[in-house]
Formats: sequence, structure tokens, C-alpha cells
Amino acid sequence: MWLSLPFLSAVGVLGLLGIGLLGLLVTRNLIKVVVGLQILVKGALLALVLAGRLSGQVQTGQAMTLTVIVADTIVSVVALAFAVQVRRQFGTLDLQALSTLRR
Amino acid sequence: MFDLLIVAVMLWCALQAVRGTRLLVAALWLAGASALAALLMFRLGAPEVAVIELSVGAGLVTVLFVFAINIAGEEPPVRLRSLVPAPIAIVVALCAVGLGAAMALPNLRAVADVVQPDRFATVLWEHRSLDVLLQVVLLIGGVLAVLGLLAEGRAQSRKEQQ
Repeated sequence: MWLSLPFLSAVGVLGLLGIGLLGLLVTRNLIKVVVGLQILVKGALLALVLAGRLSGQVQTGQAMTLTVIVADTIVSVVALAFAVQVRRQFGTLDLQALSTLRR
Repeated sequence: MFDLLIVAVMLWCALQAVRGTRLLVAALWLAGASALAALLMFRLGAPEVAVIELSVGAGLVTVLFVFAINIAGEEPPVRLRSLVPAPIAIVVALCAVGLGAAMALPNLRAVADVVQPDRFATVLWEHRSLDVLLQVVLLIGGVLAVLGLLAEGRAQSRKEQQ
């Protein structure tokens, strides 16, 4: 039970979700926020695949995972383009500095 | 045993990606975690998505991260105080994981036998066609957003030059 693949995968899912949440909470850098978000989404992807396997519908799980991968990639691309622009305009990626900035 | 090793190294890579102060190193640790997540997906019987995750999650996104960090320039690795105090953040994350574990782990058993009713392509194109439509819309939206963001920066720099 403890070393079975579904159990270990569930532990991996929970670990990734926890680490991603921790990353989102503690970081102040805009690009590190995207890294934390990516880790969080990796946990969600694994959870979808695991749920598909446990319910006997692997292919449906895969199709939904693919949608999440596409959405996640687009979110990352837009967020990184946004970070590059923020850095060019304001010269910093620090969220604290950005939130108190006055133009 | 092999699965235990995959999960442990994946979590360690993810933790390093969050903890590190250098952005480039964090992006590389994230690529490692992503590749190991793809391996775990393959072991779970989802090879198609594992390949896509490996090429997109570990490949394309890492290239984009490195590209963006190069353009934006790495900030000096100063350890800033986080907005939420670190002990509170750790307690919140642990509470979330504990709650998830208490709800998910006791009920973790297969409710049906693993059957392969259709091919992945059949399920994706015929049963989940709305998802495919959504993906196309997202792709177009994403491309337009990036073009808009970059065009705005270009207009700004042209104005500064004038």
C-alpha cells in the first residue's frame, strides 16, 4: 500500500501543491511567482492523470491534462512577457516595490 | 522503489526551484521537476501526455524562462523579506497539504479496472471536442496578448527615442 504507485503519486501531488503554494506565498519576485504557479499546476496535472487511472478512464484524464498543459503554457508565456515589460518600464521585478509605485 | 525515488527527487527539485535566489537556477530546477513529473505520468499509464509535458513543460517553458530572464536581466541575489512571514507561509502550506492528505489518502483506491476503451486521439477529437475548441481560443488569445504587450513596449521605447 505505502509503496504502491497511486499512493506515491498522491504524495507527489500533495507535495507539489504544497511547495507551489509556499512558493507563491514567500516570493517577492515576479518571475519566481510564475515558477511557483508552474509547480502548483504540475501537481494539478499529476492529480488529473492519477484520477483518470483510478477511475478507469485514463484517456479522458489525458485529454483534460492536455487542456491544462495548453492553458498553463499560455499563462506562463503571457506572464513572462508581462514581467519583461514591467522590468523595462519600472526597472524592478520586486512585487513590494511595484505595489507601492506611483507613476 | 523506483517510483519512490522519482517522487522524492521531483519534490526536492521543486523545493530547490522555490528556495533558490538565482532566477536562472530556479528555472533549471523547475525543468528537472517537470521532467520527473512527466516520467511519473508515463509510469501512471499516460504516455501521450507525458511526452507533451516533457516537450512543452520541461522544454519550451524552460527555454521561455531562460529567454525572459536574459531579456529582463537577473536581479542581484539579495534575500528579500517575504511579504508573508516565512513561518506563517510554511504553516499555511503544511495545513493545506495536511487537509488534502486527510481527505484524499484514505479514499485512494481504484474504483474501476483500468480499461483502455478508445485511443487517446479518438477521445480528444470526438468526446472532448469542446476542450479542443477552448485550446484553440486560448492559443489565439495568448498570441494576441503577447503581441499586444510587446507592441506596447516597442511604442514606449520609440517614444523615448523621439
